[in-house]
Amino acid sequence: MNPADLHAMAREEQARQEALRCRIMVCAGTPCLSAGALAVLDALRQAVEESRLDAEIEAVSTGCMGPCSRGPLVKVAVQGKPEIVYERVTPELARQILYSVVKGRRPPTASPLPPDHPYFTRQMKIVLANCGSIDPERIEEYVATGGYDALAHALHEMTPEDVCREISASGLRGRGGAGYPAGVKWNLARKAPGERKYVVANGDEGDPGAYMDRSVMESDPHRILEGMAIAGYAIGADQGYIYVRGEYYLAGRRLEAAIRDAERKGLLGSRVLGSNFSFRIDIRTGAGAFVCGEETSLMASIMGRRGQPWHRPPYPAQRGLWGCPTLINNVETLATVPAIIGRGATWYAGIGSTRSPGTKVYALAGQVETAGLIEVPMGTTLREVVFDIGGGIPGGKRFKAAQSGGPSGGCIPAEHLDTPLDYESMERIGTIMGSGGLIIMDETSCMPDVASFFLDFCRDESCGKCIPCRVGSMEMHRLLRRITSGTAWPDDLRRLEELCDLMGATSLCGLGQTAPNPVVSTLRYFRHEYEAHIRERRCPAGRCTMAAEQEPGPGGKALLHAVGVPGEVG
Amino acid sequence: MNSTDNSPGKGTPDGLAADPRFKVVERTLKQYQYRADALLEVLHVAQETFGCLSDELMTHVARQLRVPPSRVYGVATFYHFFTLEARGEHSCVVCTGTACYVKRSAEIVTRLENEFDVKAGKTTADGKLTLSTVRCLGSCGLAPIVVLDGETVGRCTPDSAAAAVRVMLAEKSPARAETVRPVRRRKGEGQ
Repeated sequence: MNPADLHAMAREEQARQEALRCRIMVCAGTPCLSAGALAVLDALRQAVEESRLDAEIEAVSTGCMGPCSRGPLVKVAVQGKPEIVYERVTPELARQILYSVVKGRRPPTASPLPPDHPYFTRQMKIVLANCGSIDPERIEEYVATGGYDALAHALHEMTPEDVCREISASGLRGRGGAGYPAGVKWNLARKAPGERKYVVANGDEGDPGAYMDRSVMESDPHRILEGMAIAGYAIGADQGYIYVRGEYYLAGRRLEAAIRDAERKGLLGSRVLGSNFSFRIDIRTGAGAFVCGEETSLMASIMGRRGQPWHRPPYPAQRGLWGCPTLINNVETLATVPAIIGRGATWYAGIGSTRSPGTKVYALAGQVETAGLIEVPMGTTLREVVFDIGGGIPGGKRFKAAQSGGPSGGCIPAEHLDTPLDYESMERIGTIMGSGGLIIMDETSCMPDVASFFLDFCRDESCGKCIPCRVGSMEMHRLLRRITSGTAWPDDLRRLEELCDLMGATSLCGLGQTAPNPVVSTLRYFRHEYEAHIRERRCPAGRCTMAAEQEPGPGGKALLHAVGVPGEVG
Repeated sequence: MNSTDNSPGKGTPDGLAADPRFKVVERTLKQYQYRADALLEVLHVAQETFGCLSDELMTHVARQLRVPPSRVYGVATFYHFFTLEARGEHSCVVCTGTACYVKRSAEIVTRLENEFDVKAGKTTADGKLTLSTVRCLGSCGLAPIVVLDGETVGRCTPDSAAAAVRVMLAEKSPARAETVRPVRRRKGEGQ
């Protein structure tokens, strides 16, 4: 296939869709599937067939539409009319929607989400542009939206240097969490000497409460493949790996199918789009280890070993997989690439804030009215995200904090609701952007308990290679458990803070270095809660159960809380 | 699994060679050209087919990929996904990710542990139910989530989860999972 064939394929599919009177899209992302989307799709397809409308109406399954907590979602696009999204659709409701479309009426009992709802109007979709509007299992639909155009443009009209320069100029920063400038990484990998080079897409989304990458992989797999191929061309690699988290079965299956289709059409494989560039992509499936999100552990895992990190430098861009230069980017970063190459770095750099351009996808979850996947320009404030897009806190409760960045991140308390969400501002208030999980907590959440939850996670996920992380996380979790069960000693808070410093300064990889962050950040904003647990043996949020008996101190004596008796010896 | 008396140092253990499921593993080994770096992929398939990784299965994989058995054992025990113990007839996985935690999934785990007399990560004495927890399934919009024989159930309460497990245990054979891999099963497993 050459670029002309690609355009012909796009035109053909566009013409096919334009000839339809109506396209009814059923969200088939994991949350909607578990809410019963398949039954809805079956009912629709059956109804279309029965009423012999297949020529004018098409019922398709798409990827994630966003407001997951309102699923199953159905989007109706009647030719020449604005799209309408219906929430909590049942098979019966779906049939009614279809019949009303046929008759040109609004369905009587269906519940459409208002199109002017801030959930839709406040978002800006670049990475998620196709999520929820194309069938992820049909390559034609991706091509019809201009897919693989950017790859064709890069291969035929740009040199690898040009591509790297464009990515640098766009200011794109790694979306995996650290925010390292993508252009710098690409240039390093391009300049690194080596016969073989690799591109790796990091789809090991281990942060609990984050599912942006899952949704992109499930809903728009070709966008990632295209981004990887552009990256491969830019750095001179001919092999790519997508490391998909083991739990994401559907994402793996859709990516596999997408790779097969792209190879069949000559968009991957040898001589891509009639150029001299060849690029193959293989999938590697993770097996449930959070540490594999760290780039060196991830590479160890791809090479079939235990996912344990190694020292950097040398960085993967110099020595990575099998000792060859390897470019590792997060799935979301790579999914942004086609848009930047297609529409230009200047356009992209103009979005968001100056030092953090572009948009960011967040997984909004927890105690919020509308949980789901959103994409907003960098610099949007937390207040807009929680109250405008997310619809606020349910049950008339008060917003207490938002947890961002997962086990490596921290909490944003109510007084910082107006902080713009970008890399610098979030760092300033003691948290990180992370991969984009935003868990909203109301007044019923107990902050020491939240910290304990994350430390339990890190303790469990520590790979055990370095001692500060292996022992430190256990010890910190033990201290936190004592605090939340009301058996803490007065000195425990000081020991906890000491351990935070120690672990952060001496751990080998990002997991251990950032593991204390949830504790540091909750101590910064909610120290009084820790003190209430220790001194008054009371949980202000009413969540923790306090033990009746105190744990014996050194020498078997119970320590008194009220009196400042020194804690342990040493 | 079938047999445990394999003579070390010889090709395929008799117990394994006779097992029809074994062909699936062999095919995967061949597909990856017996390359050591395919270890994880091979173990995935082996576990999916056999339900768990037995000693003889791991020894065989080590021999075929020409890596020390300690490497295979090390990998199999490092990753949460792999299990060396046979699973129960039905599976119940409770998500303990952050969103589910905020919505109190810990209470669901405790309730199920008490009601079915099984610790999280273990199988009941009668081999009927394996209760496990998982770190986020990425369906946080529906938190808290419980996966019963591969079918995701959202917005659970301790009561609704316990009731759903009772219904599942009353059913005869587990449904096949499509969307979630950890609990995916094949026909014929556990018979």
